[in-house]
Amino acid sequence: MIHKHDLIIVGAGLAGLRAAVETSQYADVGVISKLFPTRSHSGAAQGGIAAALGNEEHDKVEWHVFDSVKGSDYLGDQDAIEMMCGEAPDAIYELEHLGVPFSRTKEGKIAQRQFGGHTKEVIDENGNSKRIPVLRACYSADRTGHVILHTLYEQCVKRNVRFYAEYFILSLIIDDGVCKGLTAFNLRDGEIHTFHAKAVMFGTGGYGRAYRVTSNAYANSGDGVAIAFRAGIPLEDMEFVQFHPTGLYPLGILVTEGARGEGGYLVNNDGDRFMKNYAPTVMELAPRDMVTRSIQTEINEGRGINGGDFVNLDLTHLGAAKLKERLPEITGFAKTYAGIDPVKQPIPILPTAHYSMGGIPTDLYGHVLADEKGTIVKGFYAAGECACVSVHGANRLGTNSLLDAVVHGRRTGKTLVKYLREAEFSPLPDDAEKKDREMFANLYGTSSGENADKIRLRLKEEMTNKCGVFRNEKDLNSMLDTIHELEHKFKNVHLSCKGKVFNTELMEIIELGNLLEFSDAIVTGALARQECRGAHWRTDHPKRDDVNWLKHTIAFKTEKGIELKYKPVVINKYQPQERKY
Amino acid sequence: MKVTLSIKRFDPEKDEKPYRKEYTIDVEPTFRILDCLDKVKWDIDGGLAYRRSCSHGICGSDAMMINGKNMLACQVLVQDFKKKYIKIDPLPSLPIIKDLIVDMDGFFAKYEVVKPYLISKTQPPVKERYQSQEDRALIDEAVNCILCGACSASCPSLWSNDAYLGPAAMLKAYRFVFDSRDDAQAERLDVVDTPDGLWRCHTIFNCVEVCPKEINITWHLSQLKKKCAMREL
Repeated sequence: MIHKHDLIIVGAGLAGLRAAVETSQYADVGVISKLFPTRSHSGAAQGGIAAALGNEEHDKVEWHVFDSVKGSDYLGDQDAIEMMCGEAPDAIYELEHLGVPFSRTKEGKIAQRQFGGHTKEVIDENGNSKRIPVLRACYSADRTGHVILHTLYEQCVKRNVRFYAEYFILSLIIDDGVCKGLTAFNLRDGEIHTFHAKAVMFGTGGYGRAYRVTSNAYANSGDGVAIAFRAGIPLEDMEFVQFHPTGLYPLGILVTEGARGEGGYLVNNDGDRFMKNYAPTVMELAPRDMVTRSIQTEINEGRGINGGDFVNLDLTHLGAAKLKERLPEITGFAKTYAGIDPVKQPIPILPTAHYSMGGIPTDLYGHVLADEKGTIVKGFYAAGECACVSVHGANRLGTNSLLDAVVHGRRTGKTLVKYLREAEFSPLPDDAEKKDREMFANLYGTSSGENADKIRLRLKEEMTNKCGVFRNEKDLNSMLDTIHELEHKFKNVHLSCKGKVFNTELMEIIELGNLLEFSDAIVTGALARQECRGAHWRTDHPKRDDVNWLKHTIAFKTEKGIELKYKPVVINKYQPQERKY
Repeated sequence: MKVTLSIKRFDPEKDEKPYRKEYTIDVEPTFRILDCLDKVKWDIDGGLAYRRSCSHGICGSDAMMINGKNMLACQVLVQDFKKKYIKIDPLPSLPIIKDLIVDMDGFFAKYEVVKPYLISKTQPPVKERYQSQEDRALIDEAVNCILCGACSASCPSLWSNDAYLGPAAMLKAYRFVFDSRDDAQAERLDVVDTPDGLWRCHTIFNCVEVCPKEINITWHLSQLKKKCAMREL
């Protein structure tokens, strides 16, 4: 079956829905999601969305820009960061106008809290300038993503946006360098559909599910990233995977950085607030990469709680009232999953794979780029976590992800409105579904073969151990061997369920193929990059190397394997400095 | 430890009607019921179908009936049950598509009826609209709804009359009627101040019992009822 829309958006999280809100009054828009839209993982974001509104104390866009550049370990493109931070206040006010129920200050303005790496400049008693934490994260208790996601979905309902919920994307149709649509299958009946469009936008989210310990949803299998890669689009900076410092032990469920923003302490087995040894000026509010490495170092050196692989996040001094008002969701998590009452006991935490800084390369307008020179792919757009603009560089600051999704969803939407005014439908190639049908026929035809679950478990386990917080050449080489071995096994993977209706085993197998596809790019990029920068930490090359590595990785899929090219970082105002807090 | 799951199964391509099947598996006491389902799916029967995503109670995908009570499979652990024989059914009263997956189209159609979006009839200011902390507190609980459907599928009033809007849709109506920024109170009350709206709620409190976000839904509906009664005076 062929569906025709001016624009097809894939993914119904913040980026996709914000773009749908922007475009739907001017164009015929269809939104495809493998979940019902409000199930998207943007809804799990807890702590806040950054903007220098200055509602609680004096703040400046310029400080937000500087913090994001420094937080990115100078790999973020400064033109993109200036644009994002500059548009942040308007983007937040618009969300409020659309109905987002932000928490409020006493005067009734949007409330703001502290978050790691977000600072203001002050003059200390000796007349020296220094930077201390600032109240910049706009929040709604610890459910900020949830309320924004629901509000944007509500606005799509108001605008009669056409949703294809529980449709799972299979392939992009890129023909003569032009994106003409895509194929997807309807989970309800297993049928393959073709979507013919003047433009396709991806807001397909991140790829944390390649790791065993992760805060990510089952759905975060990097489908969009893998499908683009397979269609010949390169991937940028894939080696930069953020490990959030505070995943609830042992599952890795996110415990918001807002817990530290509200004053929580990190404590090791000796009862020490160990962050004093790593980031004395901002302590627990250092950027995530630094806090994560500090925690992992404490654990590796035997100072985990009772020698185990976790440390404690202590909120007991905040009191029951503050936890109930500001951090109700994580208080509930701790009780449900760890049997801990955070009012009385510290929460056991460990670093957890959380965010994908890398992804599909785009320019500042949401156009997907075909190479390191900036050639635009006609008709193909991307925004949010699946994209790499790059506003996060080597390490994203907390609360900049929701901002990225909203600002770029909005910007890409505006670009698309203009594009769709002029654009025409290009004819589809003959039988766009052929490859997908062959893939289905192969899988449905198997009577034995490799177990997909075993392949997936081994990938996730080894990615966590060998391509995690600390990396080295030996482990990365071994990881590459594993991936190649698993890719080989995957060719003989067995589909045991032959039904058509909600064949979720089939979906999981296709997701596994996607995990393998982009994991190769993560590890290849990580092996090549012989330095430490942001979230990428090589114990065998323990320094940042601006002479050789102040550049973005652009990975291409070729017949001979992955080929790496590089492109320069946009540096405007802020020259790289040593990164200390 | 061992646990036995008795799961209601139904494959529309094979089965005439649903049946139960038992699976005994090795688990840790800290496994979520969702982890147990995964274990059955990955180790025993790849065809077992259920929805899931975030796995920590915020996306609302995996509402189902566990030992007779609607809950999220990701929000309850094996150790939370005394007996290690656990019955798992799809959400009751909704059409079963396959195994634990139900058709929620009707549920969402009712959600859309209450105009589930902010309607403001004034031009917004350049910055944010102001809202006092007291006004924001009125919707504190209501905005936590994750649309999992546990409440509506537990409501006897809805079981006996499918035209009833149900607790989830009316909680959404509350969320906007009591939002100080919304200007469509009257049109929204017109939708719920009907025999198949609010007045079908007989304060049975099943919805409150099962809500995984611990929202006191019946209280919210009573506030809406008050509002409707007041406007007729």
